[in-house]
Amino acid sequence: MTRLADLLALVTGDRQADRVVPPTGISAWLTLFTAGAMAFLTVFALALSLAAGRLADRWGEELARSATLRISAPQDQMEAQTRAALKVLEETPGIATARALSPAEQRALLAPWFGPDLPVETLPIPQLIEIVETDEGFDPAGLRLRLQAEVPGALLDDHTRWRRPLVRAADSLRLLGWISIGLIGAATAAMITLAANASLAANAQVIAVLRLVGATDHYIASAFVRRFTLRALGGALLGTVLGLGAVALLPDTSDAGDFLTGLGFHGAGWLWAVLIPPLAALVAFAATRYAALRTLRELA
Amino acid sequence: MIELDNVAYSYDFGGRELFSDVSLKLSPGSFHFLTGPSGAGKTTFLKLCYGALRPSSGAVRLFGEDLGEMGRDGVALSRRRIGVVHQDCQFLDHLTVRENVALPLMVAGEDVTAEQANLAELLSWVGLSERADALPPELSGGERQRAALARAVIMSPDVVLADEPTGNIDWEMAQRLMRLLVELNRMGKTIMIATHDLGLVRAAKSQVQARILRIGGGRLQLAGADL
Ligand SMILES: Nc1ncnc2c1ncn2[C@@H]1O[C@H](COP(=O)(O)OP(=O)(O)OP(=O)(O)O)[C@@H](O)[C@H]1O
Ligand SMILES: [Mg+2]
Repeated sequence: MTRLADLLALVTGDRQADRVVPPTGISAWLTLFTAGAMAFLTVFALALSLAAGRLADRWGEELARSATLRISAPQDQMEAQTRAALKVLEETPGIATARALSPAEQRALLAPWFGPDLPVETLPIPQLIEIVETDEGFDPAGLRLRLQAEVPGALLDDHTRWRRPLVRAADSLRLLGWISIGLIGAATAAMITLAANASLAANAQVIAVLRLVGATDHYIASAFVRRFTLRALGGALLGTVLGLGAVALLPDTSDAGDFLTGLGFHGAGWLWAVLIPPLAALVAFAATRYAALRTLRELA
Repeated sequence: MIELDNVAYSYDFGGRELFSDVSLKLSPGSFHFLTGPSGAGKTTFLKLCYGALRPSSGAVRLFGEDLGEMGRDGVALSRRRIGVVHQDCQFLDHLTVRENVALPLMVAGEDVTAEQANLAELLSWVGLSERADALPPELSGGERQRAALARAVIMSPDVVLADEPTGNIDWEMAQRLMRLLVELNRMGKTIMIATHDLGLVRAAKSQVQARILRIGGGRLQLAGADL
């Protein structure tokens, strides 16, 4: 609770108290730079993580819809083979549903290539069966063998399967992105702690004077904490803006591939990016406060 | 106000004791001189009196509260009732004399702008009105001592402890500072001045009823008659 109050006091500010610590010092600039560089890196890690996440989600969805069975047979055997295929599929473990597409659906699928007036019924067009897998999935090799025996015209197209490891890779990439962000946060905390310690050590004399005139630990710590928090906030703001600018400047052509074009921020992704500076400030606040109170305890 | 009860102190734990069995009671409105050779422990003694050091044994009570049971915040708060003129009058060199004098107000969270009139009066009392906007390193020794005194009394403390307030200034300036301290005592403040300058003590005896303490050989004694 007092921490929340401290944080509020930081925002409202006490300029007067701020002045008791000498204004400059290398550690202040170190903090600004560190926070800026880390925010910049965080933007990329975040973009990577979000893009990988989107990719994993999209591919994952496609995987769930997954396979199709194509039956090419002479017109007169088509219906029989389709029925046979459906029966096989029904008996195959790992398949949730299997459904023959209606002529209208097939026409819709082909329309982009042949126009809307295609007389599907009269043309030797293969019959498509849409297969929805269960979570466990089916065994494609086993299914193929059975189909070969029972439905000679059937061709199992499980083209989306090859994406399964890719989805796993994208998932790992997303996780790596978040781990990077966590590490960046921890490294920021460590560096700001070091900078704060250096600053506190350099200002031992100032601390002694403040103690002499009756300053509490809380007062002295706040003077340092406020400075570092504001520096970190400023640096992180700058770093975030630069990072977002750099991401925005990535080539935006669709032939650059799904992944790279997907690297920008969309929708809720922006929210995450906006959170970077305040989170950096929070990290600096916690790190400096910890460092200050510990140093003051030791200096007693 | 400030009481020491059988106090002993040594800097290194378990090492030679600088002094032991020291008892003293500073009653309100009293005026004490603390004398003794250099290195006898005058500064150390004053630090015990304002809680900057804690006794190796024995008890120190500040305004009735046992120092041993006070946290650092408690000490900080009691420090607001004790004005200290440090031996080498520590200032914040990046703040002006005015701001340094107002520092106790600032750290107590008081509104300094509301105290500007008081501050100006205090600065003129110690003769520093002209130098109010200077930085401490630009001050002469005497000016520093007077600024330190002004800072020590800005909170209207009950007690003023001064460590060699006339340390590195000429006789005339020393007399002037003593007069300020005597004036404070007449206003009811409790004063204790540590000094090795016996001439100063002798000169003050005509102006104020003072007890003269002597620290040396590990003991604190009353020394009045021989001066
Ligand atoms: N922080 C310290 N650590 C260890 N020893 C110290 C420390 N401060 C002072 N001393 C020693 O304690 C003794 C008393 O020091 P103190 O400063 O109290 O003397 P003093 O009477 O004020 O001397 P002076 O008149 O020179 O100011 C000295 O021998 C000094 O070297
Ligand atoms: Mg001394």
